[in-house]
Amino acid sequence: MAHYKPILDETPLVSEGTSFKEITEIVSRVTEQKAPRLWWILFVLSVSGTGILGGTIGYLLWTGIGVWGNNSPVAWAWDITNFVWWIGIGHAGTLISAVLYLFRQYWRTAINRFSEAMTIFAVICALLFPTIHTGRPWFIYYPLPIPNQMNMWPNFKSPLLWDVFAVSTYFTVSLLFWYVGLVPDFATLRDRAKNKIRKWIYGFVALGWRGSNRHWSNYERAYLILAALSTPLVLSVHSVVSFDFATSVEPGWHTTIFPPYFVAGAVFSGFAMVMTLLLIARTVYGMHDLVRIRHLELMNKIMLTTGTLVGYAYGMEFLIAWYSGNPYEKYVFINRATGDYWWAYWSMISCNVISPQLFWFKKIRRSIPAMFVISIVINIGMWFERFVIIVTSLHNDYLPSAWGNFTPTLFDITTFLGSLGLFFTAFLLFLRWMPMIAIAEVKMVIPQADPHHHPEGDDHGHDHDDEDEEDGHADLEPALAEE
Amino acid sequence: MQIFPKPLNFLPLVAALGVAAGGGVVTFVFVYYFSPSNLQVGYAPEQPVPYSHRLHAGQLGMDCRYCHANVERSGEAMVPPTQTCMGCHSQVRTESARLAPVRESWETGMPVEWVRVHNIPDHAYFDHSVHLAAGVGCVSCHGRVDRMEVVTVQEPLSMGWCLDCHRNPDDHIRPISRITDMAWTSEDATEAERRQMAGLLARAVPPENCSGCHR
Repeated sequence: MAHYKPILDETPLVSEGTSFKEITEIVSRVTEQKAPRLWWILFVLSVSGTGILGGTIGYLLWTGIGVWGNNSPVAWAWDITNFVWWIGIGHAGTLISAVLYLFRQYWRTAINRFSEAMTIFAVICALLFPTIHTGRPWFIYYPLPIPNQMNMWPNFKSPLLWDVFAVSTYFTVSLLFWYVGLVPDFATLRDRAKNKIRKWIYGFVALGWRGSNRHWSNYERAYLILAALSTPLVLSVHSVVSFDFATSVEPGWHTTIFPPYFVAGAVFSGFAMVMTLLLIARTVYGMHDLVRIRHLELMNKIMLTTGTLVGYAYGMEFLIAWYSGNPYEKYVFINRATGDYWWAYWSMISCNVISPQLFWFKKIRRSIPAMFVISIVINIGMWFERFVIIVTSLHNDYLPSAWGNFTPTLFDITTFLGSLGLFFTAFLLFLRWMPMIAIAEVKMVIPQADPHHHPEGDDHGHDHDDEDEEDGHADLEPALAEE
Repeated sequence: MQIFPKPLNFLPLVAALGVAAGGGVVTFVFVYYFSPSNLQVGYAPEQPVPYSHRLHAGQLGMDCRYCHANVERSGEAMVPPTQTCMGCHSQVRTESARLAPVRESWETGMPVEWVRVHNIPDHAYFDHSVHLAAGVGCVSCHGRVDRMEVVTVQEPLSMGWCLDCHRNPDDHIRPISRITDMAWTSEDATEAERRQMAGLLARAVPPENCSGCHR
């Protein structure tokens, strides 16, 4: 990455005076010291959730997907809601790592590792749902073009098949991106390792990285190529997911606004999830010098933008339902707001449209508790959005004789909570064993990285004894006040 | 400082080749050995009575429909009841030890438990009468039963095999009068038979959609 120069009196991306060594220290020690008590509590909870998920899936495969509440006419319900929700969350990863990289948004360095990891785990959770929704996951090779005795070939006209390719491509590219970025940091951990096993494992995954000039130039090139490859994926993945709905003839689904509307919603929910996770990790592990209020504020601005876009899309759907003159379309939207699922609709509106508007106020945009609550509210709202789209369109579509409501069963709930367990298990393991912030990249954006940098006085900053206190450094206060 | 020995540099290459070769072997094993043409063809279960199709249909020249009487009218070709056997065997070879189970069935009224040879999955719907009416002969799917001492599966009976014919039925259509004629081939066709075959082919609409067979 090219060198970062702050514009005018912009506040630096890393607390002033933080040295190269300190950055390495702050990030690496998390993987080297014992896990804090809170980590263990969360880990036990998450592993229990994963166990519940395993049990539910076992029971579901043994009995059939009738254990869920899905039934005609609502054949897609929580499972597809969860699928779209997780895929949407997984969206922020590529946006932050690729798009912000190409646009030279240097503040991404503090959060990209995080959001890429989140992407990987969210996509894994997402892929789980369509897989078990088939009921017979051992036939999951059907959508793949493998020659077989049935002369069966994937139907390339089906958006569900596009989904398979879009999501698996996304997963592969995200994984590569994540791994390429991790290589220099793994090498850092290898070099710091005190015992043989650590040395071995981190040495193995560091692929022999020595930090030579040639290594760096290859790394930069690979990173740029992957960024260029994954930028179109930011738009394509959720567009394709939206085609699952938009290419059907269901009222409320068959709309041209779906692809951009889904992409905006995905970025919105992805940033909200990054924010939730980031705030917890930042507090628990004391990352205040690397992830500053400025980063969080910028993320909140993106949430404000995408939340407003989503709100616009909600309004536009209503306008078109009226303007189209299609009675079914019109009915579905009135039914969304006033029918049996009005509570889901209004939860969605208040969580997704109203709550991010609070970010217009600078005070709220920079208040940690406020943004934490709002980020969780947005995640809830985005889940409701998918629920509203899927269930309200299906439950009352054309013939009143074929109308029906959906009620979740216990197993709908355990599958969803279990997927959260799986996600957090993976994420906590990531926090514990991998550098959660891109060490090498953060180093590129600090003032000392500028070849023309002249340290004015003391470039070795404050000590780190009282990190756990929220932005509590005495010598940080003036810097914050300037922001 | 070296952690790993130098030859480990070849690991990525070796691993890539290993994954490619391993994947190839696994795919080949599945496609070749787990295919119906390997698992189905050659299936020749032992029957409670050592009935010989070679003797009855071949040497004696009995028509298939003498025993499989419903094949032109019903989806099932039908396994003949004991009464059909006894139609002859109450007069012929009445003391044969090999026919003891048939006589026992005749006396007790309990059917002989024949073992099904040509077995397609329950989710595939197959109708004999439709195929016969369209001019598809017995031999196309069952092979030269008139030469079999023990009935043996000759064709894979897989979905791909069904579709091969549904897509190109030309070689498998014969005149209705030759339906059960195992020895007949299209080279034996007379001018009138050729015209009949052309007509059958023109009328043939073998389904290729899912619900044609999976109902």
